Amino acid sequence: MTVPSQELIGTVTAESGIDGTAMLDETRVPSRGRIIMRRFVKQKSAVFGLVLLVILVFMAYVGIHFTKWGYAQPDYNSFAVTPNGSHWFGTDAAGGDLYAMTMRGAQKSILIGLLVAVLATGLAAIVGASAGYFGKWVDGVLMWIVSLLLIIPGFLIIAILSPHFHNNLPLFVFFLGMFIWQITARIVRGQTLSLREREYVLAAKYMGVSGGRIIVRHILPNLASLLFIDATVNVSTAVLTETGLSFFGFGVQPPDISLGTLIQAAQTSATTQPWLFLFPAGFLVLLLLAVNLIGQGLRDAFDPSTGIAV
Amino acid sequence: MTTAAEVRTREPQPDESAILVVDDLHVTFPTLGGTKVRAVRGLSYQLRRGEALGIVGESGSGKSVSSLAMMGLLPRTTQISGSIRLDGKELIGMHDREASELRGKKISMIFQEPLSALTPVYTVGAQVVEALRVHTDLSKERAQARAVELLDLVGIPNPRERAKAFPHEFSGGMRQRVMIAMAIANDPDVLIADEQSTALDVNIHAQILEVLQTARRETGAAVIMITHDLGVVAGLADRVLVMYAGRPVELGTTDEVYYAPRMPYTMGLLGSIPRLDASGRSALVPIEGSPPSLANLPSGCPFRPRCPLAIDICAEEEPPLESVRGASHRAACHRKEEIETNGWSVGDVFPVPELGIAPVERLPREQRPVALAVEGLVKHYPLMKGVVFKRRVGTVQAVDGVDFDIREGETLGLVGESGCGKTTTLLQILELVKPQAGTIQVAGKDTNDLHNAHARKALRRDLQVVFQDPQASLDPRLPVGDVLAEPMRTHGYDRKHIDARIKELLGLVGLEAGHAGRYPQEFSGGQRQRVGIARALALEPKLVVLDEPVSALDVSIRAGVINLLMQLRAELSLSYLFVAHDLSVVRVIADRVAVMYLGRIVEIGVVDSVYASPSHPYTQALLSAIPIPDPDKERTRERIVLQGDLPSPADPPSGCRFRTRCQRFLTLTEGEKQLCIDRYPPLIPMGPDHSAACHYAEPVAVIPEQSKERKRRRST
Ligand SMILES: Nc1ncnc2c1ncn2[C@@H]1O[C@H](COP(=O)(O)OP(=O)(O)OP(=O)(O)O)[C@@H](O)[C@H]1O
Ligand code: SF4
Ligand code: SF4
Ligand SMILES: [Mg+2]
Repeated sequence: MTVPSQELIGTVTAESGIDGTAMLDETRVPSRGRIIMRRFVKQKSAVFGLVLLVILVFMAYVGIHFTKWGYAQPDYNSFAVTPNGSHWFGTDAAGGDLYAMTMRGAQKSILIGLLVAVLATGLAAIVGASAGYFGKWVDGVLMWIVSLLLIIPGFLIIAILSPHFHNNLPLFVFFLGMFIWQITARIVRGQTLSLREREYVLAAKYMGVSGGRIIVRHILPNLASLLFIDATVNVSTAVLTETGLSFFGFGVQPPDISLGTLIQAAQTSATTQPWLFLFPAGFLVLLLLAVNLIGQGLRDAFDPSTGIAV
Repeated sequence: MTTAAEVRTREPQPDESAILVVDDLHVTFPTLGGTKVRAVRGLSYQLRRGEALGIVGESGSGKSVSSLAMMGLLPRTTQISGSIRLDGKELIGMHDREASELRGKKISMIFQEPLSALTPVYTVGAQVVEALRVHTDLSKERAQARAVELLDLVGIPNPRERAKAFPHEFSGGMRQRVMIAMAIANDPDVLIADEQSTALDVNIHAQILEVLQTARRETGAAVIMITHDLGVVAGLADRVLVMYAGRPVELGTTDEVYYAPRMPYTMGLLGSIPRLDASGRSALVPIEGSPPSLANLPSGCPFRPRCPLAIDICAEEEPPLESVRGASHRAACHRKEEIETNGWSVGDVFPVPELGIAPVERLPREQRPVALAVEGLVKHYPLMKGVVFKRRVGTVQAVDGVDFDIREGETLGLVGESGCGKTTTLLQILELVKPQAGTIQVAGKDTNDLHNAHARKALRRDLQVVFQDPQASLDPRLPVGDVLAEPMRTHGYDRKHIDARIKELLGLVGLEAGHAGRYPQEFSGGQRQRVGIARALALEPKLVVLDEPVSALDVSIRAGVINLLMQLRAELSLSYLFVAHDLSVVRVIADRVAVMYLGRIVEIGVVDSVYASPSHPYTQALLSAIPIPDPDKERTRERIVLQGDLPSPADPPSGCRFRTRCQRFLTLTEGEKQLCIDRYPPLIPMGPDHSAACHYAEPVAVIPEQSKERKRRRST
């Protein structure tokens, strides 16, 4: 048991009898969403992560127009030049402007990373919690699907199907997401099995709260730490897997680019032309850092025992 | 600020006959954060040979820590200062080997948790033999014989055979007995019994106290009894030491402390205990607030924030433990002389709230609407065996034909040992589905007629529940405002209405509207239970089911919650189904009581009649097992101690289910016994609204009356 901190209880004196009169002021009772938001913004690192993410997204989508160079528009006068006033990040061997290419790649990678993470973690949470909470045939069917998807080699499916979703980003995100949620779903199910026996879940049940609502209101928030960590990891998994897939010719295909393809291409010349590697890799590191900080911030905002005073 | 060290708390002069002398003991735990938890601050007392001392205090008051220090069982990082002398030998700072030599031989301890103190892989007999042979050079055979004797002494049936059993084959009560056998194996001079804070079954508790008495008689050891229950030590202890926030606050003979307490905390504690011998429904003395954190003590008297008598000096100086009148009775309070000369009693110091009565209670019972009616309720669980292929090997008859009804504005207490089917009955009612057999009617609607989820949900508004453990029944990730909003959202209240109601509810249970944004863990146990009660009231239900709502709370906080429940009932005309194993709580809150045994009700009726003239042997035993915080009464009371444990509900005895443990059965002739064996007794009327299911039911008074003379002595 956590010992309630004395400062927090200190002001509460009405331990007996009905003597406190209800103050009928008009102030709203803060809801959980509000409290969590307040707890989130109280954390410097989380806010920093959020600001960083906003800057990165801004750079990728708006900053790309700051240069006169297009990402698919090589400068035939400057091949493999180091960063300078015209080509801020330098150019590659074919004369492509690395700044424009990095920003274009970032657009794709941010989209893929965040969407896949939301999809995979969301699916894992809903399926795992439903299986665990409802049990019986729901559990049977859902877990059968999970096991099936675990056995099928996802990489192979994507390889076979990829000609059909050539440069179709939503479909690509969907397939990538589909193959990384199963393990988490199983973990969520296991945790739900113990959570659903808790008295507060029983209390909600006897109040007439429906199963779906109990999952959203009581089960998932109590698994928040697990889910946020999972989502953070999924962002990096998605970005890195996409890199691997691009290499094999699936995913983002030339002439389009992702951070992954840029890093991949720069690997051979990393020692001779280090800027080709450093800029995209640096962007990727910053992106993952931002996501991590936000993930941690959310996790702590959901967990009242972290003692963030609001 | 005066530190505890400066305050003199020593015994006036060392007593020649003392076997144990504790002098200015301080125990401090360093914590990771750098703050120090000062668990014991200046404890001094003397224990004479053969004396029984009760140490009483709430959870966390330092009772256990002080005796663990004596046993040398605290972590190495603990800072201990002061002196503990056992028979003239200083224990603090003693060499490890020497200390363990003394331990078990001269001083031994019966632990709070019997399961962890016995090694699961050795037989019980082997462990007693081990305890014997560590300290003596008895031969193996002699030790074994002695072990059997000891097990016999503590009341283990067939000790010779049972010695070969492993701890897990023993019930909780039997393990406790084995612990006692091991503790007295070497004829110690001092025996420390640390009681379980969590509710031990009343019956087992009574058995253990009985055994402890025997052990004390046999060995002549001095006994230190550590407990949070003033009732327990009333009849057994010669002297009582009350602890608060790591300090001794009152010390005296049992009579002095119980009949003339001179420290407000002791007074409050005595007044806050629900008493079996109370006369009818009455408010308890609530002590406001909760005990201070030991890591962050207020300056001055640690009880000041909760004390109605506090004056300016209390904030500055911590009062020393000093003599009140004679040398023996001592209290730590700046105003003890005033209390003494004015003869203030509990009622003078603590304001006791007025209890109203609901308008509906003025009507005779028959004319009030029925809030809950249960008839012939049955719940059997299949008993399965096998890992892969499960097969049914029997039936657990958890509830087997239970009838009762609750009228509007009425409280029914449902009591019985753990495992008797109380919780199953309650869950059956809460499920609102058609029972396996019988009927359940809530607010006039039969659950058999609820054909869809919609109808069931509508009925849930009238029926709400408060659980035992407020820690477990509130979602740790949900702010209190949302906890309270949940039932209302579920039943379609709009946001504005919900907000207003949340504030109203918080006020109703004595919390502040500003608390809505806090998480449950930011509240103390008592406050959390108030939140649980507020949640149950959100929808303005007619019937509230309470599953042991106060048994997880600290003694001083319990009274406030019980008072609150009684006030709410009067104000809102609620009906309660109050499930408890504690008959004294039921005494103060309930109008009627039903006693359950192995899935059936054995006695039911109005509280006054059932408590004054219990007619079923089981009720008599239960009532006699509960201690009363009154030394005179306790010393003269006869205890009916039930033999053995509850039989398995999968295989109940034929005929009367209670016959295997019935004390009345033993006094019957063979012919009379046959009836008990053959036929289950029906409920026989014993008076107006009082009946008992026993063929030979006969009222026996087991609770002494509140004597007039005592009442007078108390108020002067
Ligand atoms: N090993 C330890 N390390 C740190 N703090 C401890 C340790 N053991 C006990 N404490 C603290 O010391 C204080 C006194 O504890 P103690 O066990 O004596 O209480 P108690 O009066 O026996 O309570 P209960 O009725 O619950 O048994 C508590 O605040 C407890 O948290
Ligand atoms: S010293 Fe003061 S605060 Fe402490 S118990 Fe006595 S009157 Fe109350
Ligand atoms: S019926 Fe017989 S066995 Fe049962 S309680 Fe009465 S006397 Fe005891
Ligand atoms: Mg203890």
